[in-house]
Amino acid sequence: MVGRILAIAGNTYRENIRDKVLYNLILFALIMIFSSLALGQLTLGNESKVIIDLGLSGISIFGMLIAIFIGISLVYKELEKRTVYALLAKPVHRHEWILGKYLGLLFTLLVNIAVMTVGLALAMLYTGGIQAGGYVRLLPAVYTIFLSLALITALALLFSTFSSPALSAVFTFFLWVIGHFGADLRSFAELTKSAPVMWLCRVLYYVLPNFSAFAILDSRSILRGTGYLQSIDPWAIWWATVYCAIYCAFLIALGISIFMRRDFK
Amino acid sequence: MPVVEIENLTKDFSIGFWKKHPVRALDNLCLEVHEGEIFGFLGPNGAGKSTTIKLLMHLLHPTSGTARILGRPVDSVSMHKSIGYLPENPYFYDYLTPKELLTYIGRLFGLHRPALSKKVDALIEDVGLERAGNLQLRKFSKGMVQRIGIAQALINDPEIVFLDEPMSGLDPLGRMDVRRIITSLKARGVTVFFSSHILPDVEALCDRVAILNRGRLQEQGALEEILKVRIEGHDVILSGWTEQHLSDIRQFCDEVRPMGDRLQLRVNDPQKMEGLLSFVFSNKLELISLNPIRPSLEEYFQSLVGSR
Repeated sequence: MVGRILAIAGNTYRENIRDKVLYNLILFALIMIFSSLALGQLTLGNESKVIIDLGLSGISIFGMLIAIFIGISLVYKELEKRTVYALLAKPVHRHEWILGKYLGLLFTLLVNIAVMTVGLALAMLYTGGIQAGGYVRLLPAVYTIFLSLALITALALLFSTFSSPALSAVFTFFLWVIGHFGADLRSFAELTKSAPVMWLCRVLYYVLPNFSAFAILDSRSILRGTGYLQSIDPWAIWWATVYCAIYCAFLIALGISIFMRRDFK
Repeated sequence: MPVVEIENLTKDFSIGFWKKHPVRALDNLCLEVHEGEIFGFLGPNGAGKSTTIKLLMHLLHPTSGTARILGRPVDSVSMHKSIGYLPENPYFYDYLTPKELLTYIGRLFGLHRPALSKKVDALIEDVGLERAGNLQLRKFSKGMVQRIGIAQALINDPEIVFLDEPMSGLDPLGRMDVRRIITSLKARGVTVFFSSHILPDVEALCDRVAILNRGRLQEQGALEEILKVRIEGHDVILSGWTEQHLSDIRQFCDEVRPMGDRLQLRVNDPQKMEGLLSFVFSNKLELISLNPIRPSLEEYFQSLVGSR
């Protein structure tokens, strides 16, 4: 079983890295990261902060674009081109195929994030004045971005099991945007005097993906020791990991149950 | 011993956007395929052939009925280790080369290097793609894709192979190659289940056939019993004839058409055909070709469907 999942994941990764769209997105991300060097010059004493903020935003936004654009077509493209027909007639369980596709895209994202992180580290190195610890603290920041991308990928995969790429993209992007207001929904539920609105906000808070759970680290955390005091909270990272794993498992299980019932006409 | 058993297999598809209504694609199909035979699954376009094969491959869920392959239900994943499948109008990952595709498929069967590499090279040679082994599939013609499709169906040395329209898109040489592959599979004891709507392919290959029309089984059995192919006459082409021969030749023929130094003849009566051949050989005329005239499968279907 593991061998088959890894074979499917490996092929998905190969498909992604042979896709020109991916390279365009990475190129744009690296341009954005390096252009932060110029923007950093315009600030007084905050060059490192601007570079790290823009760099992390670049990794997050372009990672999100890669996750959505590739994720929404993960299943749909195979059905549309009918490449899945020959595959599923082999000794492959449908859940193995879905898991393989998901892991393949996760690995693609991991490699892309690694490339963009190296780009950001080079930009930080070029600016100078950042202690060695700053580069190390970049890793947990990038890790939490990866967690959020894993969740976006699971959402895109779920939608791609039953809807067209355009609709899947809209649904996924919509949930990504709403998911950043999780804390606001909770606050609103506490403040409102209307019981139905309070319940609605609470339900939405617990049901919708909470992307604010991954906003743990920023430039201040990374630049700790150069005048900023905010520290990295390992428990927050741990809980973000657990939350991501549970939510992704639920989404993938839902996607698998839909895919299991599908007819390939 | 039956290796494919289909009992009352029925498949309805829902069509329509708002008001969905079922359309029956396959209606109570009962079928058996025996070990080691080449089984032809015939029918015009839309007869339900591909639907049946997809149900056997567990790509579709049946509305009712059951199907078993090698004694196991079609949703048994372990059973799929022993079968091969070529989809109709196949399309594979066009960013892969044939070697990469076959290696990938081989890994799904649990095959590993170096045995897998040897198998891949042998299959690529078998289907005549040696020169294109490292070319991406996006550069392949339809016939080449069909060939790699057959290769991927054989990567696991299957006991039974399902080929959905395997001759589709192939030139005459390609069709001959596929025929050769199918007969070599039979020689190795592999059961071949293939669908087609091209009668000559079926006649050349099949031990038994089933005929499907509008989702219903029309006939099933040995080819000569089922198709009852009637030779309506013969087309004959002669050369070396003179005007003196012509009046004698006309008495054997229903149509006589001179074409330069050749003579095209149509003979419907078998006894007159014997007389014509005796005349040709005794007068030392040159027999260029002699072809039986048979109804096409389409004509056969017209008569079959019209009579019911």
